[in-house]
Amino acid sequence: MYIKSVIAGAIASLGVAAAALAADVKVGFVYVGPVGDYGWTYEHDQGRLAVEEHFGDRVETVYQELVPEGADSERVMTQMALQGADLIFTTSFGYMEPTINVAKKFPDVKFEHATGYMRADNVSTYSARFYEGRAIQGHIAGKMTKTNKVGYIGSFPIPEVVRGINSAFIHARKVNPDVEFNIVWIYTWFDPAKEADAATALIEQGCDVVLQHTDSTAPQAAAEKAGGVITFGQASDMAMFKPMPRVSSIIDDWAPYYIARTQAVLDGTWTSTDTWDGIGPGMVGIGEITSAVPADVKAEALAMKDAIASGDYHPFTGPINKQDGSVWLAAGETADDGTLLGMNFYVEGIKGDVPQ
Amino acid sequence: MFKLEKRPEQSQKWIYLSPFLAVLITMISGGILFATLGENPFEAIRIIFWDPLFDPSFASYSRPQLLVKAGPLILIAIGLSFGFKAGVWNIGAEGQYILGAIFGASVALAFYPMESKLIFPLMIIAGALGGFLWGLIPALLKAKLNTNEILVSLMLVYVAESILASVSQGLLKNPDGYGFPGSRNLQNYASAANVEIIANSGMHWGVLFAFITVIFSYIILTKHIQGFNIQLTGQAPRASKFAGVNPTANIVFCLGISGALAGLAGMFEVSGPSGQITIEFNSGYGFTAIIVAFLGRLHPIGIFLSGLLIALTYIGGELAQLMLGLPGASIQLFQGMLLFFLLATDLFANYKVKIGANK
Repeated sequence: MYIKSVIAGAIASLGVAAAALAADVKVGFVYVGPVGDYGWTYEHDQGRLAVEEHFGDRVETVYQELVPEGADSERVMTQMALQGADLIFTTSFGYMEPTINVAKKFPDVKFEHATGYMRADNVSTYSARFYEGRAIQGHIAGKMTKTNKVGYIGSFPIPEVVRGINSAFIHARKVNPDVEFNIVWIYTWFDPAKEADAATALIEQGCDVVLQHTDSTAPQAAAEKAGGVITFGQASDMAMFKPMPRVSSIIDDWAPYYIARTQAVLDGTWTSTDTWDGIGPGMVGIGEITSAVPADVKAEALAMKDAIASGDYHPFTGPINKQDGSVWLAAGETADDGTLLGMNFYVEGIKGDVPQ
Repeated sequence: MFKLEKRPEQSQKWIYLSPFLAVLITMISGGILFATLGENPFEAIRIIFWDPLFDPSFASYSRPQLLVKAGPLILIAIGLSFGFKAGVWNIGAEGQYILGAIFGASVALAFYPMESKLIFPLMIIAGALGGFLWGLIPALLKAKLNTNEILVSLMLVYVAESILASVSQGLLKNPDGYGFPGSRNLQNYASAANVEIIANSGMHWGVLFAFITVIFSYIILTKHIQGFNIQLTGQAPRASKFAGVNPTANIVFCLGISGALAGLAGMFEVSGPSGQITIEFNSGYGFTAIIVAFLGRLHPIGIFLSGLLIALTYIGGELAQLMLGLPGASIQLFQGMLLFFLLATDLFANYKVKIGANK
């Protein structure tokens, strides 16, 4: 009996080993939030599932959620590499230095870091031009606010977030010269309780539009409870809050990129690259604009989306001054990627300072 | 049916038995939890408690990591245990940990890029000082104004987090970091790097300090008058006054030493495993250490063992997520159960269970 079960166990484990060997490539994903945040991490996980579906048995994926940024993430990545991952996507800004450190120890494993700027022979970076979607949000927000107060929940004052605030503000001001932005910083990517508190505080200050650069749906729920407040899905569609408060959304679509990079590893053609795609290539999607938005505003928003997608319009086109009134972009001039990537200043008209 | 009867004195046997019972019940309940998630409970428990130590493909990496994770927990928990024994409740070790890291990193960055053997010792002193000063605030407020140190020390964690965010983006920001928040990486600065004393052992200077602290605190608590004063104050505050214990000095000692040790832990972390000051630098060691202290019965050897155990559940929990695809929340739940069952089984130290309906 005992021998029998041992043999059965051995066969079973052989079977598992055989199944693991059957996959040509193993792809790992490191997530900062839970896969069920319906925001940032959720969309990365949708990308992972798309990879599984696309490649079937040829590719095996593993993931780890709720991984704190910093020293802990380094261990998680190392364990993934030890477990035989060939390609590892690290999906938060704070994983940047740990990714570089682990990549040094595993030169044969490919790494892809989202939203950072440090690369190596086996480390690529990728991000999406979320600011393109922010321009459309700003337009709708400027048109629809009645109190002329737009609330903005900031996570960390890093260039990516500051860029989004500027883009939304520029396009809100363009259609509504009286609009003001109230910005709060909560120093977390995912904390439903803090996000809900921030949204409620902004609504109590009279904001009837709440934009968020955090990953949970808590601000949507707070807006729904308050009533008469509009929001936008962040990173994911957040469709369960349609048609109000969620009137549109920015959707990060990582699936095509993840499939392409996995294919490159399968083909042996993977090289270190830096990718920054927007609405045109489909990395940034604009979720359905609901019936809560007047038809003419919706039409303008969609026209702007098409213009951005085709490259006819750049959301940072001069004349734009910096907050202190100095000229940043002359009339007709567009921002270069270098300035955008390191953006740590507000444009003219935004009140308050970027936290330093 | 069952009846609880208060024991005249705490049962020494149960004091030491309950942690083991709590671990056992956690394994059983955790196993049931994992089974309901559709995983083989024995495999899950094996991955959490056995594989990090003995699995052929992981152990060589995760065994040293156990020390890396346990080091700060032990260091902080030892400091906390002094206060907890004396009835001084420092809940804000997380804040003292942050301040120690900021002070230590500031010293390093002030000297960058100069190379000198004196920088690292200076950082150690600065780290301890940072935590000490941050722990001194609730101590002095309690001594002078009789404020509640639980609230003050906890609230100061949030103040410390704000300071951390501020220096990450301002004072200590890496000038070569393209405007992104976060300091220079101290691992790349030889004079300031907290390196492994023996390569690939996980044994960095902070772990060594933690072990030395275990020994010292054992000596203080068992052989030194200060250890006697602490225990007396906790067990019999009135008697301690008659014995001539100065309550103010005692509060300052307890919060100061726990602050200094938490600060040291932060300094060793920022110069070692973490490498840089970032907005998200702190990851909860200061709070987890409270669990470690109680699980270890506030005894130095106990804390040493419970620090290693908690570190094991972290590393094993990560492995279980990776190997079995268990949700992250289930691992957090599993760790939470441990404290829950410890508190539950502590009941037996103070109460006897009688079976039967006798009144």
